[in-house]
Amino acid sequence: MNLTLKIWRQQNSKAQGEFVEYKVTDVSEDISFLEMLDVLNEDLIERGEDPVAFDSDCREGICGACSIVVNGIPHGHQSGTTVCQLHMRHFDDSQKIVVEPFRAKPFPIIKDLVIDRSAMDRVIQAGGFISVGTNQFAEANAIPVPKDVAESAMDAASCIGCGACVAVCKNASAMLFVAAKVSHLNLLPQGKPEKDRRVTNMIRTMDAEGFGNCTNIGACETACPKGVSLDFIAQMNRDYAKAIIKGQLLNASQTAAQETK
Amino acid sequence: MNILFALYKSSVGKKYIVAATGFLLFIFLIGHLLGNLQIYMGAEKLNAYAHFLQTKPLLIWASRAGLLLIALVHVTTTIKLALENKAARPVGYEVSKAPYAPLTARSILVSGIIIGLFVVYHILHFTSVTFNPEFSDLRAAHNVYGMVVAGFSNTYVSAFYIISMVLLFMHLRHGISSFFQTFGMNNKTYRTTIERLAVVAAGLVFLGNISIPLVVLLGFIK
Repeated sequence: MNLTLKIWRQQNSKAQGEFVEYKVTDVSEDISFLEMLDVLNEDLIERGEDPVAFDSDCREGICGACSIVVNGIPHGHQSGTTVCQLHMRHFDDSQKIVVEPFRAKPFPIIKDLVIDRSAMDRVIQAGGFISVGTNQFAEANAIPVPKDVAESAMDAASCIGCGACVAVCKNASAMLFVAAKVSHLNLLPQGKPEKDRRVTNMIRTMDAEGFGNCTNIGACETACPKGVSLDFIAQMNRDYAKAIIKGQLLNASQTAAQETK
Repeated sequence: MNILFALYKSSVGKKYIVAATGFLLFIFLIGHLLGNLQIYMGAEKLNAYAHFLQTKPLLIWASRAGLLLIALVHVTTTIKLALENKAARPVGYEVSKAPYAPLTARSILVSGIIIGLFVVYHILHFTSVTFNPEFSDLRAAHNVYGMVVAGFSNTYVSAFYIISMVLLFMHLRHGISSFFQTFGMNNKTYRTTIERLAVVAAGLVFLGNISIPLVVLLGFIK
C-alpha cells in the first residue's frame, strides 16, 4: 500500500515545529505502524535527510514508550493497543495519515515525536511506592488479599504509564494515570499504611506539574491501551476526600512548605 | 480557613467545591420548580405563595444572598479550573477526534455560561421587571400568575426560555452524574444507574420548567 504521511517535525524543545509531508510506497500491510516509520526513516537516511525521531522500546505493547497521535487519536483508532501494535492492515491504501506527538504542557517535545514524560515519573516519586525493607522477599501468601481486591489492584497496575490519557483529554488531565497508580497501591494491604499521604502527595505533584483538571468525560478510558477504568478516578476522588477528612491535606501542604524552606 | 485555601489550591479540591455548589443549586432549582408548578393549582394558590415569600424580607434576602454566594463560588471555581485546563495544552492538535466523549460532557462549560446569562435575563424579566415596566403593578399586587401569562405570551421570550432549558438539561445531565464521580460515589456497579438517573432527574426538571411557557403559549392558561 502507498501512504501520505503528514508528520510533525521539530528539531528540539525550543525550535518552532512544522508539519512535513512524506510519501511511503510499497508498505506491507503486515507491518506495524512503527515499522512503517522505520521504512520511511531508512528511505530518509538513504536520501541524506534527518530521520523522524520517535520513541519505542518493547514493540509488543507493554512498555508505554510510544507517544504518537495517529489521525487525531493517541495510539491510533484501534482500541486497546499501543501504536507499536497497530498494524497497517487497519489503514486504507493511499490514505493520508496525520502523525503528531502527544501534546500537553507537562510533556515538552524533545524532538519530532519524542516527548519528555518525566513529569509522570515525578508523580510516581511523590507516592507511587510502598516503604518496606528490601531484604529477603516475604512469602507471597503471608498477607491474605481477597481475590476481588487483588484483581482490581491488578487492573489498576496494568497502566503502562504511556500518557495516552493525558494526550486524549481535552484538558490534558493526568487523572486516569494518577488514579491507576494511587489505586493499585491503596487497594492492597501493603499500600494501606501510606494511603492518605500517597493520594494527597501524588495529586499535589500532579497539579504542580501543570496537568489539567478532570471534567468526567471519559475519553481517557477509551484511549487507554490497557482499558484502565474511570472507576479508579472515582476511587481516587474517594480516597482523597477521606484523606482530607482526616486532616491530611493540611499536613501534606505544611510538610511541602517546610520542604521548600 | 487554611483548609479551604488548601482545598482551593488542589485540582480535585476545586472539583469538590464545584460539585458541592452545583448540588446546592440543583436543590434550589427543584424548590423553585415546585413553587412554580403551583400555577396548575390556579391563580389564587400561586399568588398566595408569592405573597407568602414577598412578605418575608429576611427569608427572601437571606436566600438571595446565599444563592448568589453559592453561584459565585460555582462560577469562579469553574473559571479557575477552565483556565488551568487551557494552560495545560498550549499547542493543540492538527487533527483531534474524540468521538466517544458525549456532547453533554464536552459542552458543560458552554451550557453553564448560557445558563448564567439566562439567569441574569430571568431576574431582570420577572424579579426586577426591568424589561417589562408594565409588570410593576402586577408585581406590586403579588399577581405572579398574571406576570407569567403576560411574560410567556411573547413567543420569542418563551422560545428563549425553552432553549435555555434545553441547555440546563444538558448541564444537569452531566453535572448530576459528575457529582457522584467527583465525590467518589461511583463504580461499575452503579455507573449505568447513575447515568440513567441523571437523565431522568434532568429530564423531569426540563419537562416541569418548559411546561409553563408551553401551556401559556398554547392558551391552556390565560
